[in-house]
Amino acid sequence: MNDESILKVKNVSKSFSGVQAVDDISFELSKGDVLGIIGPNGSGKTTLINLITGFLKQDKGTVVYNGEDISKWMPHKIADAGLVRTFQFMRPYHTLPAYKNLIPPLYSKRASRTGLGNLGDRDAVAIDILEDIGFERDTRVPFKLAGTLPLGYLKRLELGRCIALKPELIICDEVFSGLSMSEIVSMVPLMERLQEEGITLIMVEHRLRELFRVANRVIVLSFGKKIFEGFPEEVFEDEKVKEAYFGGEDTYVFK
Amino acid sequence: MQELRKERLDRGVKVRSESIYAISSLKEIMFIIGPGLLLAALLLILPLFVSSYWQGVLKITGVYVLLAIGFGFLANYVGLVSLGGALFVGVGGYLSGGLNYFFDLPMIVTIPIAAVGGALICTILLLPALPLRGVYFAIVTLVYPMALSRIIVATGAFRGTDGLPGLERFPVGIGPIYLIFIVILICLYLLSRLVNYEDFGLVLRGVKDNELSIKASALHLTWYKIQAVFIAAFMGCFAGAYLTHLYGWVGTSLLAQDFSILPVAAAVVGGPGTIFGPLVGAFILVPISEAMRDYGTLRIVFYAIILVIFVVFWTEGILDYLKRKYEQFEHWVEM
Amino acid sequence: MGILIYGLINSLDLILMSIGFALAYGVSRVPNFAHGALFILGGYLTWLFLFRFNIPYLFSALLAVIITALIGAGLYRFIIIRVRGMPISEIIASFGVGLAILEFLRWTGLRGTTYMLPSFFRGGVYIFDIPVDFQRITIVLSGIAILVFIWLFTSYTKTGLALKAIAQNERAGLVLGIDSDRAAMIAVAIGAALAAIAGIIILPLGNIIVETGYEVLIFAIAVSVCGGLGSLKGAVLASFIIGYAQMLTVSYIAPHYHFVVAMLVIVIVLITRPSGLFGKQKELEERV
Repeated sequence: MNDESILKVKNVSKSFSGVQAVDDISFELSKGDVLGIIGPNGSGKTTLINLITGFLKQDKGTVVYNGEDISKWMPHKIADAGLVRTFQFMRPYHTLPAYKNLIPPLYSKRASRTGLGNLGDRDAVAIDILEDIGFERDTRVPFKLAGTLPLGYLKRLELGRCIALKPELIICDEVFSGLSMSEIVSMVPLMERLQEEGITLIMVEHRLRELFRVANRVIVLSFGKKIFEGFPEEVFEDEKVKEAYFGGEDTYVFK
Repeated sequence: MQELRKERLDRGVKVRSESIYAISSLKEIMFIIGPGLLLAALLLILPLFVSSYWQGVLKITGVYVLLAIGFGFLANYVGLVSLGGALFVGVGGYLSGGLNYFFDLPMIVTIPIAAVGGALICTILLLPALPLRGVYFAIVTLVYPMALSRIIVATGAFRGTDGLPGLERFPVGIGPIYLIFIVILICLYLLSRLVNYEDFGLVLRGVKDNELSIKASALHLTWYKIQAVFIAAFMGCFAGAYLTHLYGWVGTSLLAQDFSILPVAAAVVGGPGTIFGPLVGAFILVPISEAMRDYGTLRIVFYAIILVIFVVFWTEGILDYLKRKYEQFEHWVEM
Repeated sequence: MGILIYGLINSLDLILMSIGFALAYGVSRVPNFAHGALFILGGYLTWLFLFRFNIPYLFSALLAVIITALIGAGLYRFIIIRVRGMPISEIIASFGVGLAILEFLRWTGLRGTTYMLPSFFRGGVYIFDIPVDFQRITIVLSGIAILVFIWLFTSYTKTGLALKAIAQNERAGLVLGIDSDRAAMIAVAIGAALAAIAGIIILPLGNIIVETGYEVLIFAIAVSVCGGLGSLKGAVLASFIIGYAQMLTVSYIAPHYHFVVAMLVIVIVLITRPSGLFGKQKELEERV
């Protein structure tokens, strides 16, 4: 594995009118890593993602990506640099057919730089990507309006939007949540393949079993603070983590 | 040496045609393009057969059609609702009028300059509201025309309330009607291609559906909105310049409420489903409005009420209703 | 000194004009673009009762306020409720209604000097050698009174607290058994009543003309945008900022510019701080 650092988050903090949503979080990520971020509801996972990808501006701290300080960049510039994300609440273009949903990312400057954007016809590339991520090619599914697709396809569509940009780092915000068991089972190999292609992944998840299959490092958040960082196997040995998960009113079933 | 593998990609036509069953016969092709051809033919033939009063009405209608198409394009395909068609008309009109009055440029020069330059000015004026979502664009577009007319009256620029008289006028006859109708047809053709087939147009529709996804797709959201506003402003400013040389006069009435609210009403009445909706709406509303000219501002009341009724009770609009009837079979079945 | 006093009067003018709009938006997120029309309607109805039906001034005013409030309630109940949650349709619908009212009034001949409300009290006083007539003092006092009333209403009465709850968290309010549609209707009605009150108090300073209706709407929007859409505290502060800014431009640069000041304020706020002084809009917008 390559030891080159791709993302460095240093002392990032953010508060919403008095509530400290993210409190002094730091971590580092090497190329090819798969980092899992877990934590109870409201522990600041999504806020952290928004801070890294520029959708929110942090109060304090810096985010360094590929050696550049991106803390003040606009979201589209960060995406243009190859750091892309999915949304927890899927955001398809619901009045467009599924395959047309991939046209905007393919239309971007990054896509024409990295190759997918100027290959023949963008519609054809879009269909190919959709097939790659599990849309049945010779059915009418890719032509259905995105607004009519079931949840599993929408999650894939989110991933497809990222893949179309040929990213270096994907941040997945709960791609497994809300999916049925069989849908998850078909998603895991997809994530593993992305990892094999050398794409660095950050996965925010509640489905721990599937997460631990792909992740090689885990961060646990609680009330905006990082309370644990280490290997997946060690997570539940840690007293603080146990307290965060079992101590409060939130009870989770793990296995 | 690097090993290469040949990859084959379907042509877009092949990919897309998998979503269409079959267009096999002339009859079916006519079913699809017939209404458009009929419309174009109607627009081109109509001016030949009407009285001179109705020719005048058609010219005004053309102005409103351009404004309404611009409004519909922004509202239905980019998600920006402009309550200030008067801004476009005013800027375009004053620009071409000013160039003609102060610099004696002929209208063949002033109209293109006014359309492009006016669109630039309008886009820059509206720039502050573009990065924001929601009601701000509507607010800013509503405020500008009113403020501009106050400024013109207060400072006496462009001769204040008197306006600029004696500008170059279009020759009488049907020439000017064809000018604006052909511009309308070109705009309609290009816009409907844009929003249905061009990738740029799809990005704009994406802006309407979901701004965050556009950002996450490495696209500069504001830049796309700027381009869309420029397109609509271009059409509006052309309409304003046309109006100027139609009357040979420029005044603060170019910034009046009519130009803001009637296009909105036309677009809403026509329906949001296609780029042609606003045209249908304008062809229904403007002649009625012209017929009501004797009743003064009562006609604004009239189309304000029509507007509210359509926005609240019949959002589908006329054209979408007709489209539904055209494309689908309907019949009652027993329960 | 004159600027100080007249700036204060102008600021309270603005508070009166905009507080109804800010309240309706703050509580129910309804951008009531018919606000300016309701302002004029309040003044016009008072004039109508006073001179056509010879009803005493106070009762005419009261009647006008009640009728305008009912129109506001009807506007919500029959029109806005159907396009709730679609801000653009809400704006178009309410603006359409306002336009219809204003242009109808213009058609009936609402222009020129015919339509004029008499001052409540004649005469005036000198404050630090500056002449101030009683009508302007009424504006200041009633502006303050209305602010106090709104503060008491939203802090101590059950309805007021319900409105506040709905404004903060509509779903939680629904769970607590607050009918959010009823709350919004009340808010819009109160907003309309405040518009009418403002019209009745301010209009005696000049003629009742239709253009004022559009101006009031723009001023209300400018104040609300500057203060942060939905924030009453922000609206009050913004009124003072815009009020004094207008007074300064009018006395040092040129008259007729108070409208342009309002527009500039909107544009500057949008460029520098889109959420306004106390706005929560931006934060909500940023939630991904």
